[in-house]
Amino acid sequence: MIANFGFKDGSGEFFISLDTDKCNGCGDCIPACPGSIFEVRDEDPNDPFREIPVAAVKESERRKIKYTCGLCKPVSDHPPLPCVGACKAGAIAHSW
Amino acid sequence: MPQEFWRWIESRWTAPDKEWRSAKVITAGVDVGSVSSQAVVMTDGELYAYSNMRTGSDSPNSATNAMNRALEGTGLTLDKIQYTVGTGYGRVNVPFSQRAITEIACHGRGANFLYGPTVRTVLDMGGQDCKAIHIDEKGKVTNFLMNDKCAAGTGRGMEVFADLLGISINEIGDLSLKVEEEPPPVSSTCVVFAKSEASGLLREGWPKEKVIAAYSSAMAHRVVSLLERIGVEPDFAITGGIAKNVGVVSRLEKELNIKALTPKYDTQIAGAVGAALFARELVEKGK
Amino acid sequence: MITAGVDIGAKTVKMVILKDGVNIGQALITAGYDVQRSLKEGWKEGLFTAGIEMNQIDRIMATGTGKKEATMAHDQVTEISAAAKGSVFLDKQIRTVIDVGAEEARVIKINAVGRVVDFAINEKCAAGTGAFTEAMARALEVTLEELGPLSLKSTQAVAMNAQCAVFAESELVSLVHAKTPKADMARAVHDAIADRIVSMVRRVGMEKEVLLIGGMAKNVGFVASLKRELETEIFTPDQSEFVSALGAALIAAGK
Repeated sequence: MIANFGFKDGSGEFFISLDTDKCNGCGDCIPACPGSIFEVRDEDPNDPFREIPVAAVKESERRKIKYTCGLCKPVSDHPPLPCVGACKAGAIAHSW
Repeated sequence: MPQEFWRWIESRWTAPDKEWRSAKVITAGVDVGSVSSQAVVMTDGELYAYSNMRTGSDSPNSATNAMNRALEGTGLTLDKIQYTVGTGYGRVNVPFSQRAITEIACHGRGANFLYGPTVRTVLDMGGQDCKAIHIDEKGKVTNFLMNDKCAAGTGRGMEVFADLLGISINEIGDLSLKVEEEPPPVSSTCVVFAKSEASGLLREGWPKEKVIAAYSSAMAHRVVSLLERIGVEPDFAITGGIAKNVGVVSRLEKELNIKALTPKYDTQIAGAVGAALFARELVEKGK
Repeated sequence: MITAGVDIGAKTVKMVILKDGVNIGQALITAGYDVQRSLKEGWKEGLFTAGIEMNQIDRIMATGTGKKEATMAHDQVTEISAAAKGSVFLDKQIRTVIDVGAEEARVIKINAVGRVVDFAINEKCAAGTGAFTEAMARALEVTLEELGPLSLKSTQAVAMNAQCAVFAESELVSLVHAKTPKADMARAVHDAIADRIVSMVRRVGMEKEVLLIGGMAKNVGFVASLKRELETEIFTPDQSEFVSALGAALIAAGK
């Protein structure tokens, strides 16, 4: 499943996509993110019968990622994103 | 008391040809949303009764009210329901439920049941959020997004316009189609800015139907861009309160060039139906 | 040489008239839906205070989101350039300009020679702009002018979950029902906007000194929230709303 966490408002679309088929729940994304937006859940709340740990963007962070992710997105540059780099499974992508 | 333009119509339904006493498995799903709450009762995996009510200020009461209303006149009581799943934003506040499952999973599953296994794209336009869900032939979610950060594209946004124009939310869709020529959509996505834009248009002498047409097409356009993120594949179903707004639905269909499937039941019950189906599965798995 | 800068914002029209680099007249008009009428009024007032006639102005430069409406202008300049020029003119030490207006917010980074090196803009969403405070003042049943001073009386931080102005309005209504002190809610409103501005500041990279301009610079509650979150001193000019119009007038003079 592709789980898109984030939002769209008048200023644009801001989604972090997690490919739950690729995610193995290792949790390497958690310390990599300076904004602490990730967590690993014991089971996928959007796939009730899966029951394998999976990463997700925290509920409390979902509506703020444009602002929180700003830490890793300076306007003048496009450095590699730490969360994307930390995920060996290649499960994380940003829409903006 | 001032007229409450946002006040939409509640509903309830019982299957005319079914008898709960002969059912082997009775389950329920309760979807407590920010604006509306639904309770669905299923007998052996088939729709038996449902209600669709306005959510009050506290979630546990709203869940109970919806359930009582669904059971009304059926002779069925809560203790005979083997398993209840709660869903929606107030899903953890359903006092009589055994488990909570997200509205994403429930909407996918519910749309699969209500609209058939050919549905691939589900758009849920709720009171305070908008969900785009891609499902497989079993109703399992394969791609989804939920937008609940911004009021544009939600029922709340439409309520702001109903208030501004002084038109009931139940009539606003029909009214928006009474324009001879489709006006250009309002340019602002943001409801706050769109509202000031609309006030300007009213001052310029635009009739109400033209203003609401301009907002409805802007809303449709905005939702299409959300759908495109997950990919629009037919068949296509629209659920939630805005699915009852013909002005938004027809503009959406036009922009996507896809007809939405025609609903047989209240468009707001999909989440609760999915929850009741999950409840049945959980009973069968002995959980 | 007499030049003028006209800044057409979402809610107000500002103009500044300069004679050899000295401010000789200015005007601020709350823009109605008829921008042309607001412009006419603005010129009347600005020219009156300057004691000159329109035809004595050598060059007019327009800026602001509605700059295209200024048909009398000889040229247009971006809001970023105008804000930067005006800010540096007021204080050469300024490296970061935060411009928060009614419907837009901008953060501009300036180098030692006053050139713009980076900027971030928030537009098309009321969260993080003056429009947000306006909607919240309405929900709290106080005037926009009362909202800032009220928030300074806050004794505790209250979290606001909603980001959207429309949803935040409903959230405030429930906080009112829960008997949350109004001062704490007013602070929560300003903290929420400051949060969004701070994330923009981080994206361009903050350097001292920091100048806050635009209508929101007059809101003491917002200034306090912003200072707290940026953990730095923030300067606010006396006439924070005129800075971009001043910048446009300076650019018109070739300064």
